Amino acid sequence: MHTRTFVAAAVGLGLVTLSACGSSDDDGSAAESKTVTLVSHDSWAVSKNVLADFEKSSGYQVKVLKDGDAGQAVNKAILTKDNPQGDVFFGVDNTLLSRALDNGLFQSYEAKGADQVLPAYRADQKKHRVTPVDTGDICVNYDKAYFSAHKLTPPASFDDLLKPAYKNLLVTENAATSSPGLGFLLGTAAEYGDDGWADYWKKLKANGVKVVDGWEQAYNEEFSGSAGGKKAGADRPLVVSYASSPPAEVIYGDPKPATAPTGVSTGTCFRQVEYAGLLSNAANPEGGKALLDFLLTKEFQQDMPLNMFVYPVREGAAVPAEFTKYGPQAEDPETLDPAKIADNRDDWVKSWTSLVLK
Amino acid sequence: MDLARTEVTGRAARAGNAARLGLMAVPVAFFAVFFAYPVAAIVARGLGSDGGWRFGRLWDVAAQSDIRHVLWFTTWQALASTALTLLVALPAAYVFARLEFPGKQVLRAVVTVPFVLPTVVVGTAFLALVGRGGLLDDLWGVRLDTTVWAILLAHVFFNYAVVVRTVGGLWSQLDPRQEEAARMLGASRLTAWRTVTLPALGPAVAAATLMVFLFTFTSFGVVQILGGPTFSTLEVEIYRQTSEIFDLSTAAVLTIVQFLAVGAILAVHARTVRRRESALRLVDASVTARRPRGAGQWALLAGVLGTIAVLLVLPLAVLAQRSLDAPGFAYYRALTSDDGNVFLVPPIDAIGNSLEYAVTATAIAVAVGGLAAASLTRRDAGRLVRGFDALLMLPLGVSAVTVGFGFLIALDEPPLDLRGTWILVPLAQALVGIPFVVRTMLPVLRAVDQRLREAAAVLGASPWRVWREVDLPMVWRALLVAAGFAFAVSLGEFGATVFIARPDNPTLPVAVARLLGRAGELNYGQAMALSTILMVVCVVALLVLERLRTDRTGEL
Repeated sequence: MHTRTFVAAAVGLGLVTLSACGSSDDDGSAAESKTVTLVSHDSWAVSKNVLADFEKSSGYQVKVLKDGDAGQAVNKAILTKDNPQGDVFFGVDNTLLSRALDNGLFQSYEAKGADQVLPAYRADQKKHRVTPVDTGDICVNYDKAYFSAHKLTPPASFDDLLKPAYKNLLVTENAATSSPGLGFLLGTAAEYGDDGWADYWKKLKANGVKVVDGWEQAYNEEFSGSAGGKKAGADRPLVVSYASSPPAEVIYGDPKPATAPTGVSTGTCFRQVEYAGLLSNAANPEGGKALLDFLLTKEFQQDMPLNMFVYPVREGAAVPAEFTKYGPQAEDPETLDPAKIADNRDDWVKSWTSLVLK
Repeated sequence: MDLARTEVTGRAARAGNAARLGLMAVPVAFFAVFFAYPVAAIVARGLGSDGGWRFGRLWDVAAQSDIRHVLWFTTWQALASTALTLLVALPAAYVFARLEFPGKQVLRAVVTVPFVLPTVVVGTAFLALVGRGGLLDDLWGVRLDTTVWAILLAHVFFNYAVVVRTVGGLWSQLDPRQEEAARMLGASRLTAWRTVTLPALGPAVAAATLMVFLFTFTSFGVVQILGGPTFSTLEVEIYRQTSEIFDLSTAAVLTIVQFLAVGAILAVHARTVRRRESALRLVDASVTARRPRGAGQWALLAGVLGTIAVLLVLPLAVLAQRSLDAPGFAYYRALTSDDGNVFLVPPIDAIGNSLEYAVTATAIAVAVGGLAAASLTRRDAGRLVRGFDALLMLPLGVSAVTVGFGFLIALDEPPLDLRGTWILVPLAQALVGIPFVVRTMLPVLRAVDQRLREAAAVLGASPWRVWREVDLPMVWRALLVAAGFAFAVSLGEFGATVFIARPDNPTLPVAVARLLGRAGELNYGQAMALSTILMVVCVVALLVLERLRTDRTGEL
């Protein structure tokens, strides 16, 4: 008897679930004026109390939808631009910005506090379709223990990476599938120009650069300076990662070390800026605007670094002590005009793939 | 008398046909709405342009030598992986079905664990076997990472349980007395096995082969992580084109190519299986297994256990060991702390989320898959029904990223605006679970002697009552195995989950991936700890299912 009851219950539950999903269709849009929906990538994070402050002061409930990694999230937002999933999209960076703008993803809105954004990070000044929110550098990280044990100076620049002393030491990510991998490629394109970058990569390949598919493998499996790498006996003391990785190694150390176990080669950095914007056809544009204003407030800007391991873009927003102490921000990182990236990205990645991977 | 009987069974058969079509309605509707429509929508978006169709793209893309290379690699690695998996796992299917040894139940659950672990974690674990400083490196200085061997071995690691469970499940219910009778009549052990057992196992072996081939043909994470960026399957290429390069027309063409390839495989499978299936005498599994006798059986048992220890348990043990590699369970304690970072909830809550999703997905998969299997039971069914059978397998042959993107543009308007709702995740997981339910239940349902059903009908039972009184008691075990599979698959399901926008309640695999995506020892350690918890949850869930079964054997 029990067995049959169980089966009946299981089948019944299934059918109920099915019919329930058929009737729950208007959940999303019901309380639209009170709910504002943020669509973002998987790395989005904010402290609970900071978000609660916004909800209290603005009267809006914030619903967050995470939609895959940064590239996917942007592509999906473009795919649904006529009938968007939310009101605000956060997380398009300068490498993909023009894809979003050219496809008409955003509508104009100049957020309160836009004049407080450091000039270097401002973009789309005429139409104000996007609001810069955070910035970070993609740089080569080095394993301090390795270099002191081998009495070797860590590389400081792109040129250094070609030196025989650093042969077979660097691991990077596939530029076609990984955002830091792409950032590093763009960094070399900025440094050596349209004609020079391919030659640089030929030499880098000759010097034994290893390419893996994603940051997780590069950092956790191949890089000898990470916790995972140590456990796996990794043998690459140089990895393409973020300038904020050394502070993370301290903050998430167990026990917390006095100094970061890894360092940053400050001459190998490419600067990423992430933007947010009010989605075209947003159901709740007023709520979206309030949310964009919130992203530029000092409270959010100062909360952000330890949640997403990025730097604020607002003038005068304090950077956490861990960041300044353990991870110096590059003074003169490589940058590229988003329009130039848009024109060349796909071709560069294609040539890079046949040059380095084949 | 005879005439009356024919008429009764005839009427019962007609009623049965109508009932079967009724049963098919639910799964057909489910697949139309949650699979065919979304996939068609995203493919159409890729190939359509301003009112016209760009079928020329099909040819352009197919003509690229890169793409042909990808197709070739996809095919041969899948064939090699499937052959290797069968070679390694079929002896294990026998051992689990026919031999009795201590710890068998636990071990059967353990070998299923790789199947449910997200590839991002398994990649890490598997490198401990074949990578730098791994076992092979230690013993013989052999490193297989970034070679095709790592991919093939990892496919065996993943799919071992598919063969053990699908084939072993049926094998354990075959009446051993038939083989014994053959031997009594003078057949050699091999002849008896070849002529009695092997034909009976045919459909289950074919089903397992099909599933392993489909899984390896559409392999994604394993190829990406262990093969490095130089190896690419169609699935990986579809992901890159959709998700990174955003070239939807190339992705659409590749989706069609993969679709056709999978369709062809399914057609071949349907043909071979139909010729082989026959009614079997099924008995309770608990009476068929015996303690090993003779050197041969002991050697076989030792060989299988040794393989499991090295190939399956060792990589899993490495994960567990790394999760404990800090004094005082520090990584586990960190899981419960709510520091406001990375997650808005403590990572430990991911367990609850995962269980909720998995239970819902299992319920959907068992309901839809069970109805589908019931409607497909009769072997002499028409072409339409057979086509439907193949259709049910197609979700295994379509990329999760295609389904995820398809959901986004297809299910975006009332009454089906499900975007951003939690139900999308279990729905997508159920799509992957349904083929398991169907494939596990169908061979057993079809093995039920049709005359039993007819007898019941003659005695006046309605089709529903026939199913309840005849079919259900006999397929109860298969149903549980199927539910276990569906549950385990949704527990570890990663692909569809990350490709679907969802509110922030991460499942275990998503939480693991998120932790691994950050620098810092505690993040890495917590990822290992959560993976270990995922393994344990999976083992416990599977053990509970097995226990449920043995408590009820009296009903068979």
